[in-house]
Formats: sequence, structure tokens, C-alpha cells
Amino acid sequence: MSLLGIFLMIFLVVHLGINLCLLRSDGGAWFNAAAHFMGTNYIVKVFEVILFGGFILHILIGTILQIQNWMSRPVRYKVTNKTYTPFLSKYMIYTGIIILIFLLIHFMNFYFIRLGWVSNPNITAEGEPDFYLIAQELFVQPAYSLLYIILIIILGFHLNHAFQSAWQTLGVNHPQYNGFIRWFGTIYAILIPLGFIFIPLYFLLIR
Amino acid sequence: MKLILKIWRQKDAKSSGKFVTYNLDNISPNCSFLEMLDILNEQLISQDKDPVVFDHDCREGICGMCSLYINGRPHGPDDAVTACQLHMRKFRDGDTIIIEPWRAKPFPVIKDLMVDRTAFDKIIQEGGYISVNTGGAAEASSILVSKKNAELAMDAAACIGCGACVAACKNASAMLFVSAKVSQFALLPQGQLEAKERVKKMVKKMDELGFGNCTNTYACEAECPKLISRSNIARMNREFFCAKVS
Ligand code: FES
Repeated sequence: MSLLGIFLMIFLVVHLGINLCLLRSDGGAWFNAAAHFMGTNYIVKVFEVILFGGFILHILIGTILQIQNWMSRPVRYKVTNKTYTPFLSKYMIYTGIIILIFLLIHFMNFYFIRLGWVSNPNITAEGEPDFYLIAQELFVQPAYSLLYIILIIILGFHLNHAFQSAWQTLGVNHPQYNGFIRWFGTIYAILIPLGFIFIPLYFLLIR
Repeated sequence: MKLILKIWRQKDAKSSGKFVTYNLDNISPNCSFLEMLDILNEQLISQDKDPVVFDHDCREGICGMCSLYINGRPHGPDDAVTACQLHMRKFRDGDTIIIEPWRAKPFPVIKDLMVDRTAFDKIIQEGGYISVNTGGAAEASSILVSKKNAELAMDAAACIGCGACVAACKNASAMLFVSAKVSQFALLPQGQLEAKERVKKMVKKMDELGFGNCTNTYACEAECPKLISRSNIARMNREFFCAKVS
């Protein structure tokens, strides 16, 4: 769970890097070039399989563990637990499910187009799907952007607990580093979502 | 003090229980929580009713027998104390107090508020022994232990096995308990010989018994009457990982 999580967190940084190409006012040249590279390069193709494996395992193992956890307390308490715990730590499965829904929407909008499963009128001169135009079309709709922003914030909640939790599970807990891990995790969970959120805001408000 | 108690009553392991409300009057704020229950039981006995069954032994916070889930918190509203050390001054006059047994699949209710915690003993048994030389007692300081590790091992050994960690955890996970028991040996030279086998067996047993998985909410640490640190859980994870790969 923890190793897969850390792997996915590294992937998010790469994904954000590519998304930020959308901010260049070059008509999508960089972004489409990146999308083209990600869609055709063989090393990326191998990585893509690993990535999907990572996602699927993370979701699968997470679900199995959660079901075991629910089964560990067949009779519930009348008064639900009042113990102080970090607020978001108890809701990982729920934020996780919301992220999964987000992922599916995301696939409908982008990945399935590349596979040709979903029809798409936006084509580049080379006859490939123009992902820049697709992204732009989606982000100029305020409703879509708002949904996107909310979902990204929930992703941030998930990440905030996930980061330090992953290290604790791996056994990395030392008074000398705990502060740093916590700090780094929170910064990560703020900066990455902020980066993603900036893009729809840019399309909506600035451009 | 006047109190309204809502207590889980269950005849035996097989019957289904329910909450029963009792009104208590004239309780001194200096009364301990268990003394308050004693007073209730005296009254019930004098009315020819079945007294409320609850676990207790030392009543000084060292045996780990008392196990009450009070108003949504194991061992009640005070921090770092067992239920037997909790005093009624932590409540207000007229309060309603809801008392439940520990809830976890491996801790079945025996009667009322008493649960069967044999599962913990089974985990300890699975840990096995440590090898020592028999014969005349050796000079104690012939085995060197660093001050730091001696302290950490002692902190871990402070666990009284009450099960509040399991009761508090939303997953009913026993990680804090097991990790304390693993740590107290893993930190000392005497425990090294069987260390790898010990951690593997104890974790396996814990899973077999149906305790949940740790999701690092740290409710266990927050409720532990002996302030066992979650760093023990990380240590156990390290020990387990190293034992698995080597
Ligand atoms: S009765 Fe011994 S710890 Fe509470």
C-alpha cells in the first residue's frame, strides 16, 4: 500500500509537469508534443503498464484491507469514537473512492479518446487527437472546472495523510525526521493540488 | 452528583444485548469510576437484580483488566489513565454516561461489559521464549545495553495489555499492543536470537485472530493509558520487513 502510494505520488509530479505545459500560449504545441511522446514512446508504454498496475493494486489492496477492517468490528459502538486523531486520517477510503470516480471521468475525457473508445472532433494537423483543445474545451466550462477543482482538493486531503502514513508503514519513524516528513507531506499535498487547480483557473479567468 | 448511566447489558456471549438506563444519586466527585459502578451494583443487589459485570483487578492502573468504553473513549475522558484511575470529578453533575464494552471481533463479550481478551495471550504465546543460560545467575551487567535502548525497551514494556488500542482503533487493529511486545525484546540483546521468528509469528497470529489493519490514524497512541508510542509500530514494521527479506 505504502510503496504503491509513494510510486503514485511520484507519478503525480510528472503528470503535473505535463499539465503545466498547457499554460504556454503556444496553441498547445508543447502539451500536444508531450501527449504525443507519452502516447508513442516505447519506454513510456512500458511505464504505462506499470503505472496501471500500480493504480489497480493500490485500489484493490486498499479495498480488501478496508473490508477486513470493517469486519474486525462486527458490533459497532453506540457512541462513535471521540478519540482525537488527525482529521483526514479516518476518511482515506472515502477520499479514495472519490478520487477513483475522478479517475474514471478523467479517462473518459482523455485516455479513452487516445484509445479511440470515445469519439472526438478535435484533431491536430497530424490527425492525432488535439488534447490541448480537448482540455481547453473542458476547462472553459465553469461547472466542469469547479468539479475538477473540488476533486483535486479532495485528492490533496488524501495525499496529506498518505505521505506521512506511507513512511510510518515502511518503518521510517525517527524523532529527527518525523517533523520533516510531516512538513514535506503537507507542502506536497498543498503544492501539487495548487498546480493542478491553477490550470482551470487560468483557462477560466486569465486567458 | 446525580448521574444517568446507560450501560450495555448482555446475559452471555450468545444472547444479544441492549442498553439499560440507571439513575444514580449522591455520588461523590472523589469516587473513582469503578467505585461508582460498585455503588450501582450494591443498589442492584439490594433490589435483587443482576449486578453489572465488568473486569477489574488492581484498581491502581497496572494490571490492565479494567476495560470500559466510556462516552466514546476507551478508559473515558481523561488522558493516560485506566478506567480504574478515572474519577467522577471528570464528569459534571447530571451527566449522562454511556458505558460500552470493548468492541472487536477478537474480543467477544462474555457478559455485560466484560470481554474475552484471550486473543492477546495467544499473540504473546506465539512470541515464544528467549534463550538464556541456566545455572547460577550471571552478573547482570555482563550484558551491555545502551541507556537509550534500555529506556525505549522499558517504555515499550510499560504496556499493560488492556486492549484500549484495539477498542479505540476504527479498524480494531492490535498493532500498538503487538508492536510494544515485539519492541521490548527487539531493543535488547537478550531478545536478538529469536527476534526474526518472533515478529513473524506474532504478526501472523494477530492477522489470524481477525484484528484489523493499521491505517495510521494513531487513535491507539492517543488512548493508551501507558502512552505507548506509535514509533513502536514503525519499529515492528521494520523488524517484520527485515525478517521477511532475510
Ligand atoms: S483495574 Fe488494574 S488497571 Fe484498572
